[in-house]
Amino acid sequence: MSGAFPTRTALGRQPYWDWRAASNFMLGGSGAGVLVYAAVCGERLLGLLGAALVGGGLLCVWFEIGRPWRALNAYRHGATSWMSREATVAPLLFASALGAAWLDSPGLRWLAAALAIAYVYCQARMLNAGRGIPAWRNPRSVPLLVASGLAEGAGLGVLAGGFWGPMALPVWPMVLLTALLSARVLALWSYRRALPKMVAPGRALRELSRFGRVSGAVDVLAIAVAILATADARIAPLVTASALIAAGSGWALKYSLVIRWSYEQPFAVPVTVARGGEVAPGARPEG
Amino acid sequence: MTRYVMVVDLRRCIGCQTCTAACKVANGTPPGVQWRRVLDLETGSYPDVRRTFVPVSCMHCGNPPCLEACPTGATFKHEDGRVGIHYDLCIGCAYCATACPYHQRFRVTRQSFAYGSEPTPEEAHKFDPARLGVSSKCTFCSDRIDLASHSGRVPGVDPEVTPACVNSCIAGALHFGDRDDPASNVSRLLEQNRHFRMHEELGTDPGVYYLYAEGDRT
Ligand code: SF4
Ligand code: SF4
Repeated sequence: MSGAFPTRTALGRQPYWDWRAASNFMLGGSGAGVLVYAAVCGERLLGLLGAALVGGGLLCVWFEIGRPWRALNAYRHGATSWMSREATVAPLLFASALGAAWLDSPGLRWLAAALAIAYVYCQARMLNAGRGIPAWRNPRSVPLLVASGLAEGAGLGVLAGGFWGPMALPVWPMVLLTALLSARVLALWSYRRALPKMVAPGRALRELSRFGRVSGAVDVLAIAVAILATADARIAPLVTASALIAAGSGWALKYSLVIRWSYEQPFAVPVTVARGGEVAPGARPEG
Repeated sequence: MTRYVMVVDLRRCIGCQTCTAACKVANGTPPGVQWRRVLDLETGSYPDVRRTFVPVSCMHCGNPPCLEACPTGATFKHEDGRVGIHYDLCIGCAYCATACPYHQRFRVTRQSFAYGSEPTPEEAHKFDPARLGVSSKCTFCSDRIDLASHSGRVPGVDPEVTPACVNSCIAGALHFGDRDDPASNVSRLLEQNRHFRMHEELGTDPGVYYLYAEGDRT
């Protein structure tokens, strides 16, 4: 984010990471998912799309940081920083994805898929380590982001398959998509259940609950559509609809998580002192 | 070992923000950046309403989430517990700012001034281009603390080597010193008074203590 931070005496959403950071989570997760899908389906060129998406996400972040010409310093603290680890996995992922496409090597495709899973895991842990933001600190954000990235990637993989070839898919990519969508629905449900322990009652919790309900319902719809499409994968509109929802709903989820739900940890004191020194109950502003 | 901490006596703070102003002058922070400020918390409901003034700054955590997150190693810990930032390593990713549960990290990318488009003489004097585009926060007036090790003076006792906010407090609400020295001013205060640290449940081991009553229970 450019410009000065606000005075921050009144707390609200974190003001540091904007759409550029959110794009890294959206594109990076989807790209990783595409790489996994490419390995599972034995697609030669699809991995390149996955790598390009991951690269696009990193480029967005590069435009966000305050000192972009020092970006390589991000490799200096892999001992504890998930951002360093994400940066470390990225070039390995690019090399294996390129190699897999160049040589049409299943081994390299699977290596790229393994690195893609490592990449999306790093991203999930990276968000989770933002401990100043209760919605991120929720440990269940990790499986949620991983499941979402894989589901988005499968959706994009199915769409790309339709774009490059006939939409008459073999059945099992749709089975994979259905399974990943179901995993995301479960992960979102589990994330929402854990929220009240992390997020103070208030705006954040209300917004999260509202979005969670809508997003969960949309995903359940997508699963129903995907099951129908699996029964007959030649029904192109159904295939397209479920794949679009898999990607779009995941992006909406991540955009919301990074930007809309990113209310900061409120200040709190366990006791207050009344005039005359009398100790009184504490103060915890609404989150 | 030494662990420098700050002790805030909530019974004494009157919310005058003198420490806030002293910090701005001592560190030349630009508009919108407050390495130190005093929260004004209103609790209760009419007619039983209470105002509590809570000075906050970087807590110089013993287990700082900002340091764990930082991808460059720009955020570091001194041996005496102070948490600092190497401005020349920082890439300004602001990850530390999202990791800090106390909202104590700032980043500005452009020079700005309190009064219009020209700096005041003080602002011009204090301007440090190394602080543009990178993260910044309270340093516990590190230049002064570093001076203590060369001069033999004692932080928290000798004003020249004590943070500006502590020196400026008109109510004697702020104290600074070595928590690991049982004879230090802060150790005695912590022994004689009930106290808490903010958001201890997050495991950050904050280095700012708040006193709220006499007695030796925490
Ligand atoms: S208060 Fe925030 S910036 Fe200061 S050491 Fe703790 S986590 Fe880091
Ligand atoms: S903004 Fe600077 S100090 Fe903060 S995490 Fe990024 S590199 Fe580290």
